[in-house]
Amino acid sequence: AAGMFLRLLSDVRWRAANPTWRGVTCCRRSNSSTADPHPIALPAQAQVVICGGGIMGTSVAYHLSKMGWKDIVLLEQGRLAAGTTRFCAGIVSTARHVSLELKMADYSNKLYRQLEQETGVNTGYVKTGSISLAQTQDRLISLKRIASSLKVMGIPCEIITPKQVAQLHPLINIHDLVGAMYVPEDALVSSANVSLALATAASRNGVQIHERTSVSHVSVQKGRVTGVETDRGQIQCQYFVNCAGQWAYELGHSGEEPVNIPLHACEHFYLLTHPSKEPLPSNLPTIVDPDGRIYIRNWQGGILSGGFEKNPKPLFTEGRNQLEIQNLQEDWDHFEPLLSALLRRMPALEALQIMQLVNCPESFTPDMRCIMGESPTVRGYFVLAGMNSAGISYGGGAGKYLAEWMVNGYPSENVWPLDLKRFGTLQSSRTFLRHRVMEVMPLMCDLKVPRWDFQTGRQLRTSPLYDRLDAQGARWMEKHGFERVKYFVPPGKDLLDLDQSKTFYKPDWFDIVGSEVKCCKEAVCVIDMSSFTKFEISSTGDQALASLQYLFSNDLDVPVGHVVHTGMLNEKGGYENDCSIARLSKRSFFMISPTDQQVHCWAWLKDRLPDDSSLTMEDVTWKYTALNLIGPRAVDVLSELSYAPMTAEHFPSLFCKEMSVGYANGIRVMSITHTGEPGFVLYIPIEYALHVYNEVMNMGQKYGIRNAGYYALRSLRIEKFFAFWGQDLDAFTTPMECGREFQVKLEKGMQFVGQEALLEQKQNGVYKRFTMFILEDHDTDTDLWPWWGEPIFRNGRYVGKTTSSAYSYTLERHVCLGFVHHFDEKTGEELVVTTDFINQGEYEIDIAGQRFQAKAKLYPFSSLFTQRRRKEEVELSGYQRE
Amino acid sequence: FYLTPPQVNSILKANEYSFKVPEFDGKNVSSVLGFDSNQLPANAPIEDRRSAATCLQTRGMLLGVFDGHAGCACAQAVSERLFYYIAVSLLPHETLLEIENAVESGRALLPILQWHKHPNDYFSKEASKLYFSSLRTYWQELIDLNSGETTDVKEALINAFKRLDNDISLEAQVGDPNSFLNYLVLRVAFSGATACVAHVDGVDLHIANTGDSRAMLGVQEEDGSWSAVNLSYDHNAQNEHEVERVKMEHPKSEEKTLVKQDRLLGLLMPFRAFGDVKFKWSIELQKRVVESGPDQLNENEYTKFIPPNYHTPPYLTAEPEVIYHKLRPQDKFLVLATDGLWETMHRQDVARIVGEYLTGVHHQQPIAVGGYKVTLGQMHGLLTERRARISSVFEDQNAATHLIRHAVGNNEFGTVDHERLSKMLSLPEELARMYRDDMTIIVVQFNSHVIGACQNEE
Repeated sequence: AAGMFLRLLSDVRWRAANPTWRGVTCCRRSNSSTADPHPIALPAQAQVVICGGGIMGTSVAYHLSKMGWKDIVLLEQGRLAAGTTRFCAGIVSTARHVSLELKMADYSNKLYRQLEQETGVNTGYVKTGSISLAQTQDRLISLKRIASSLKVMGIPCEIITPKQVAQLHPLINIHDLVGAMYVPEDALVSSANVSLALATAASRNGVQIHERTSVSHVSVQKGRVTGVETDRGQIQCQYFVNCAGQWAYELGHSGEEPVNIPLHACEHFYLLTHPSKEPLPSNLPTIVDPDGRIYIRNWQGGILSGGFEKNPKPLFTEGRNQLEIQNLQEDWDHFEPLLSALLRRMPALEALQIMQLVNCPESFTPDMRCIMGESPTVRGYFVLAGMNSAGISYGGGAGKYLAEWMVNGYPSENVWPLDLKRFGTLQSSRTFLRHRVMEVMPLMCDLKVPRWDFQTGRQLRTSPLYDRLDAQGARWMEKHGFERVKYFVPPGKDLLDLDQSKTFYKPDWFDIVGSEVKCCKEAVCVIDMSSFTKFEISSTGDQALASLQYLFSNDLDVPVGHVVHTGMLNEKGGYENDCSIARLSKRSFFMISPTDQQVHCWAWLKDRLPDDSSLTMEDVTWKYTALNLIGPRAVDVLSELSYAPMTAEHFPSLFCKEMSVGYANGIRVMSITHTGEPGFVLYIPIEYALHVYNEVMNMGQKYGIRNAGYYALRSLRIEKFFAFWGQDLDAFTTPMECGREFQVKLEKGMQFVGQEALLEQKQNGVYKRFTMFILEDHDTDTDLWPWWGEPIFRNGRYVGKTTSSAYSYTLERHVCLGFVHHFDEKTGEELVVTTDFINQGEYEIDIAGQRFQAKAKLYPFSSLFTQRRRKEEVELSGYQRE
Repeated sequence: FYLTPPQVNSILKANEYSFKVPEFDGKNVSSVLGFDSNQLPANAPIEDRRSAATCLQTRGMLLGVFDGHAGCACAQAVSERLFYYIAVSLLPHETLLEIENAVESGRALLPILQWHKHPNDYFSKEASKLYFSSLRTYWQELIDLNSGETTDVKEALINAFKRLDNDISLEAQVGDPNSFLNYLVLRVAFSGATACVAHVDGVDLHIANTGDSRAMLGVQEEDGSWSAVNLSYDHNAQNEHEVERVKMEHPKSEEKTLVKQDRLLGLLMPFRAFGDVKFKWSIELQKRVVESGPDQLNENEYTKFIPPNYHTPPYLTAEPEVIYHKLRPQDKFLVLATDGLWETMHRQDVARIVGEYLTGVHHQQPIAVGGYKVTLGQMHGLLTERRARISSVFEDQNAATHLIRHAVGNNEFGTVDHERLSKMLSLPEELARMYRDDMTIIVVQFNSHVIGACQNEE
């Protein structure tokens, strides 16, 4: 086996550019070398210590040093590029579902293309192009969606017929194909050499690289990284970067202050063959056959082919295990389905001679997206790992973003979908990870349809009402480990089983959700919204108010009992969080944020609240069950249950009062909904949850009450043009850009974070604008449904992408929300977006290559707000989270 | 005559039984995960019996296989009664008192055993009263004897075996006014049965064996391979110690006649057994009982026949040999089987086949390409073939069934050959016994986690 790996690395022409880094040379020499492997002593201190000499570690070092940081030490426990990086298949593919991942892959491709010229290290870069095959119509739709995304990014890409596939690749059996996507710029590299090239460039820029040095743990003081302990001594440092790949989880847990990095390794197999009699040309396109679960690339005149089987083999669950490492053998029986798929796709390969079946563990994450960013608990502790087997494709871009993050405080793109802080301790159970990655790995090849949910690792966090709701037909989805109801299947009605309801078209729950929406509009519905993150912030003096006034953009100095919708902005005015804050008393506040803000928001506030013992912040998420009563009759239900007048005069909108509901006292009732419909949210101490729910349901019967789920909520909020943080809003969106100026008090008498940026925007205008689109010529029954990420065209030119969409049962049309930019026709430069620019355009939305006419609106339909409680209702409730 | 695969399966699965120890609150506290059992007849009717039960008044689980000869009466009686004798032997004094008081005052009795039975495993209703009164006499004696010491499992097993055999013998001597019962107890006593019984309690495993059934432990080595550890010695002519023992118990003058043609007195294969009073009673007693017995007995040539060279009875005992084994995490399963299995299959193969079945993995020679020249097409053919073979594993939901399938159907390459299987199973009744013996198998699966935890506690 060793012989083959030498060959993989054989083209490294290593010229030590930096005399301090003699440890790394080509393997060939080091094999025979018996000299001291550590000629250079470790430095006593450095600004940054990077752990891991794979593609991630070297890419971070490369980009950091390019951005001007020089005092960097990279530690590798074995040899550079000797782990997963060395074994990986070396395919650089931009065909990605998530546009952020697509951008990273595109950047990587461009970086690798010129890397050999830059460094002199042969990277093996060959532009081959890639062809993704579709065996079914649904798969073709999925590819067309990606193609739409690639095209607006300027990446050449084509949907082609099976015949064209045969012309591009002579070996392919096309009889079972319905089409394919061709991306001509995709490439192949020798991943180890790319990594070595990045290391070379980094070391020329002053990065010190030490091999055979393992990090035992990271030292932390007062929540900050202070240094690392290695088997060769200690290095003091300000920043630590965990690029330890599949060992990142363990390394994260090795210190006194654990850093949770939820990833788990699975075995991954690919096959290498000897060259074919007539060696395959080196520029033969790479084939991805997701329906067959395989990829096939040319390799030294033969082929390299691997895949993502349905029954993955997770390993290292109990941590690094010598036995398991030794048992990493070829497992042909396990590979059989993939080999069958390969020979079905390319029958002529039958005669090729096997060289080896390589077993190369890859790490996978709970949501199939990679992990980057700073630890919420340890400042200066950065992570880049969990590449879900796309390390080479992401390597360049991911390294760049992380370097920007460290140097500038945040990357140049919104990377929330990849942020380590989207996870908490709750995703770090080994059992959870083991089970989840067994689902994630096969998903790499499964069709990505709208609204799919993970099946493993479920029922971790639940509301006390879970069983009650489940018994009434609830269908569940999960967010941040919390089970939430999608909708309720009425008794006697049975939906198709899960597999069949996977569709890009009208889903089978259409009518069910429709009737829940109707009930919200005409009577009253109850939705369990307990998953929302809830903090209480209080102080002995005025510290709480003063700090919050500084951290939030709206004015929080309101009378006790008022609720304020406000953004938690960053310096650039972008939304770090979007929340509702109730003033419970002069000195205490109750804050409600989206479910997945639990870790991020906590870390953000902890970092910025003064270190003052008279100021306390508590996460009370688990203490309250939240029931949302939506609909015109909510007021009747609640007043009957509390014997208190609930009309607008007594209980105006955006109020918060503790009151009794049924026998239970101390229920925090807020007159807010998350949909724009009239209603209330009840924050119920958990032990009263069942009682209050039963009371509400009993009392509500005469008003036609029923349960509803998040799909109804979603339809309601989107038709009312309410943005949702994490979907529509992110750290790169300001209130000015989404029509929420009214939630900002620029003159509240004191400074707040983001104020300057907002003032500037107010003066100079915005460069993108949150817009609502009503699809005009779209047939709900027969056309593809929008999801999110669809390109928006104005007068035939690309101006932005949608961020969410839903069918509006009221308008009987699809509504898409998204951002419109104004790119200069010649230079592509971003220009100010004015109201006129929005209003004077003909719009189209591209769904999987098909364009639908759309009407743009900057304000919601006022007619949709049925019962107005107050004149400002529209404005004040112009708020939505999820 | 050819059996289709579904027909083969229906024959193989007719007697299969599985029991899973229930998990309480997700916390499995038993070291036994469950067991699979099955039997395949060669005699008609089958002379093997099996039993499994959980002790309710003490901890632990009892499992046993019983191989009858000269009819199935003795094996049937032992399979019904032996576990009660063992359970009673294990009971503490207070519980015995409690039970006795309950019987005395006509109150409901504490249940002693929870049986895990296949519907075909019957209890003879007619004899239950008789059996019960014998058992009660036994516990009354135990109460009187009250030694005050805690019960040793090994001793309890030995006492129970001996006591039951004694009761069988006595019941036959005394007879019963009911003619059906009278005939039954005589048939029980004049037929014979071997017994191989396991008592599992936490990490403590006791095997009590009488005769030539066998207990074997399946051990998974660190490299994942399987090996077999014998937990019983066969009591037959192949066991030197056993031959030695028999010779020691009789005068030197009989040395040459004791074991002939590998059989006890030239007649009996197992050297220890229940029943078989023809090898235990004096000639006078045999004659008296047979003559006063019912006609069916009197006319039976076999019962009337006195073994040759019969000078110093008893020649046979039911006293078991007890082996203790402390379970380790690598001990994955226990196979109890009558000699029908062990005659056809080496214990090493049994360990491997069951081990691979239970782990669902074929550890057997993983394919390695090594330096050979193999094309993708060749490899594909090979793998497809292996897959088909593996899928035969999944035909069986029961490890014992799977083992029987291999025992009966294995060809010279160690894989199940359907044709052979079909032939063996379609043999006419009168021929079947010539090609194979009754086969009864219990596969007990252990919970390594519980065993590991128990170990750590110590």
